[in-house]
Formats: sequence, structure tokens, C-alpha cells
Amino acid sequence: MGNLIEIKGVTHAYKTKAGPFPVLRELDIAIPEGSFCAVVGPSGCGKSTLTRLIAGLMFPDQGEVWLHGELVRSPRKTVGMAFQNPVLLEWRTILQNVILPLEIVAPRMPKRDKEARARELLALVGLEGFENKRPSELSGGMRQRASLCRSLVHRPDVLILDEPFGALDAFTREDLWQTMHELRVKEPVTAVLITHDLRESVYLGDQVVVLSGRPATTQYVMEIPIPGPRPLEMLYTPESVERLAVLRRQIQIAQGRAEEEA
Amino acid sequence: MSISWQKVLVPIIAMAVLLAAWEALVWYMGWPKFKMAAPSDLWPAYLRFQDLFWIYGWQTLWRTVAGLMLAVVFGTLIGMIMGLSRIMNDALYPILVGFNAIPKATVVPVVALMFVGQHDFNTILIAFLISFFPIAVSVAIGLSTLEPEYRDILRSLGASRFTVFWKIALPKTLPEFFGALKVAVTLAFIGTNLVEIITPHGRGLGHLFQSAQINSDFPLMFAVLIALAALGIFLYYIVVALERIFAGWAERSPT
Repeated sequence: MGNLIEIKGVTHAYKTKAGPFPVLRELDIAIPEGSFCAVVGPSGCGKSTLTRLIAGLMFPDQGEVWLHGELVRSPRKTVGMAFQNPVLLEWRTILQNVILPLEIVAPRMPKRDKEARARELLALVGLEGFENKRPSELSGGMRQRASLCRSLVHRPDVLILDEPFGALDAFTREDLWQTMHELRVKEPVTAVLITHDLRESVYLGDQVVVLSGRPATTQYVMEIPIPGPRPLEMLYTPESVERLAVLRRQIQIAQGRAEEEA
Repeated sequence: MSISWQKVLVPIIAMAVLLAAWEALVWYMGWPKFKMAAPSDLWPAYLRFQDLFWIYGWQTLWRTVAGLMLAVVFGTLIGMIMGLSRIMNDALYPILVGFNAIPKATVVPVVALMFVGQHDFNTILIAFLISFFPIAVSVAIGLSTLEPEYRDILRSLGASRFTVFWKIALPKTLPEFFGALKVAVTLAFIGTNLVEIITPHGRGLGHLFQSAQINSDFPLMFAVLIALAALGIFLYYIVVALERIFAGWAERSPT
């Protein structure tokens, strides 16, 4: 299996009045097809910049982003995105919200097929019977489930998740982690998951990449060769506790470096 | 049941109390009709000029609505330009604010001189000029405060700027737009009446008001004011009905 996402030596700086503001430096990440890559790092280290580079919404100053063996030069129809804020459209029903990407990617697809596809995904995440509700009638966890459906409805090969579970309470978050594993069985994608939660990264990631403080570079890569779907108890095995300790230590190093440079 | 009764009965009682207090005040002070009108004088005043009320009322109404529609079209257009381009926003904002700061009563004679005799045109123009500002500002703010994630979900799929505008930005600004439209309705009425009173041309309720003023006919003046209020309320609730249809999703259910 080749790498579906490859980030090679990416360096990027934002232009500000005070001069260039470097956020990424010589960043390398390789994600094999069908695997989940969790990216953790100190806050403000450029993780969201990374998602925009992969989505083709921005281009790096130096280095290259490759998807499917193609250099990313523009946005692609085969990318799905979900954010911490579910950004559902309040004037559409849940079903119509999930359909939205299909209206862009497959405008000629019959309406019935679009709806069938959306219903199939909504049923997978446990939102059956909520198709005709408005987003404001749903809880935060349910909205995030709908947002996940929207990110997958057009069968993307790359899924970009920018802290999608960050604003949820602990129990809802664990529910959604399990939903994510179930989704992966039915909807195989290659995913980048940006997160602040080390337990989340170990539970969902096939590899965990620790970014250094700003400007971020690849500081540490951990492989987690446990096939999914993983039970939640997996987090309490001695191996996982060991992994969490290693990652926590790496984050502390990353933060320490950030302080030295500041 | 009791709630719907409350919704109907309470405003009626409040109105009746207000009118009674007004009537009592005029009676107690012993004001004659050339000094102040009592509510009981208004209906006879209306009946006396019933035809004129309907003819002038229609003239005022259609010119206000025409000005308002122009304000919606141009206000939305200017708001779009300002909301989507930061350069245009920086360029247009001070001009708009400065223009809005000019009291429109001073613009009326200028317009009247520029387009002598074009009374309908002048009236519509002033109604438009006075009411497009809130619409432009609200649309501009609605568009420029769109969270980037909303844009990204479509842009990441290669959607054009127009698609993002049509599918997301435009519907998302509708609640703000209707909020501004409610303000604009009232302003447009002010504009129409300014022209009708400052540069009378024998048209509109403003003209009727002015004739009454010349004769110190207080009952007629107040009857015109109430007719204007009725027109204003009528238009306002049309906007509310449109808002329910097009932006009803923004209303929170009471639970």
C-alpha cells in the first residue's frame, strides 16, 4: 500500500505587518492509504494551517503536498472536511445539510440517489429519524455526527478532521470515537485528525504525529499497529498507558522548545 | 385559548385606555379644535375627506414601496460589494457614513431643484436614499462576518465564490437583512413624507397634512398622522410575513 497523503518538507509563513510569521518548517508526514493519522502538538503550532494545505485551500511557501500521487495545486472534489464547529446550515434540514457536498461534486446525481446516500450515512451514525429536523433542534453531539456524515457523503478519499470532537463533553466524545471506528469499517478513507486529546489520538490513530512548537516540524511519530474497530477498553491496556506517557513526554518537549524560542 | 385571548384583548384594552386618557385630557383642559384635537374628532375629520385619504394614502404607499424596493436592490448590491471585497469596503464605508449623516430634509430641496416637477421621481428617490443605508450595512456585515469554516466546506470541494455566496452567505445573512428592512420601512415613510411636506405638489398624505396645518385643522392633522401610522404598520407586518417565509428558520422555538 502506498502513501495516499504525503507532505514533504513543507515550510510556510504567514505574511504579517511585523514580517513573515513562520508556522511550519520542514514538515514531513506520510499517511498510507486507508489509515488514520492523528496529529497532536502544542496549541497554536500550525495544525489548522496543515489542514488547509492538505485541502488545497492554501499552498506552502516551500515543499510539496501530494494526494494520490498528484501534487496539490487546487482544491479537489475528493476531500471531506469536518471542524470543531459543526457549521451546519440552520435553514436546511439535517438531510439537506448532509447532501450539500453532493450538490457541488455531483450536481447531476438524481435527488433520490443523493437522499438515499445521505440517509444511509445518517443511519450509520445513529441519526435515523432526525433527517427532517433542523440543526437547532439537535444536541451538540448529534450536530457533530451530522457534520461527519456531510464530510463523507461524496465518498472522499481524504478526510480532514480539525478537532471535530474538541467542543463535546467527555461522554459524548467517547461515543463519537466509537462511531468513528464503526464508520471506518463501512466508509474506508484516509484521514488526518487534528486533536488536542492524547487519548483520542491513541484510540483513533494508526499513527500519531507529534508536532514541535512553532514553527512546527515533525518531532515524533508513533505507530499504533492495532486493527480497528478498537474497543474503548483498549485505552486502559498497559501498552496504551505506556504510549500515552511517551506522547505526553513528547508534548512537554514540544512546549519547552516553544518557550525557549519565545 | 387564554393565551390567544391575551394576545388580542390586552393590546385593545391598552389602546382604549390611551385614547380615553387623551380624550379626558382635552376635555379637562377645555382645548378648542384649533388648539388640539381629541380622539372623538378624528373620525368626523376622516369622513369629511374620506376620498382624499384613500387617494393620497395610495400615492404615499406606492411611492414608499417603490423607494423601498430600490433600496433593497441597491442596498443589497452595495452590501455585497462591501462584504465580499475588503478594498471596496474601505473605499465605500466613509462615503456611506458621511452621506447617511446628512439630514435628508436638506437633500429634498436639492433634489426638487435638480428634477423640477418630477414629483413622483423625487419622492421615490428620497425614500430610497434615506432607507438603503441600514440594508447595505447589514448585508455587508452579514457577509464579512461569515465564519471561514462555512466557506471552507464548499471551497475545499472546488466550489466557486458565487456558489459559496448563493448557497451559504446569502441565506445566512437573511435574518440580518430582514432586521434592517424593518428599520428601512419606517425610514422610507419618513422620506416620502418629507418630500410631500417640504415640496408639496398636491400629492400624498403629506400634502393633506400640510393643508390641514395651514388651516390649523388639528382633527385633520391627527387623522393624517393616524392614517400614516396605519400604513406604516401595514407595511411593517408585510415585512414580518416575508421574514417568516424566508428566514423563519432563524426563529427559536419557545421551548
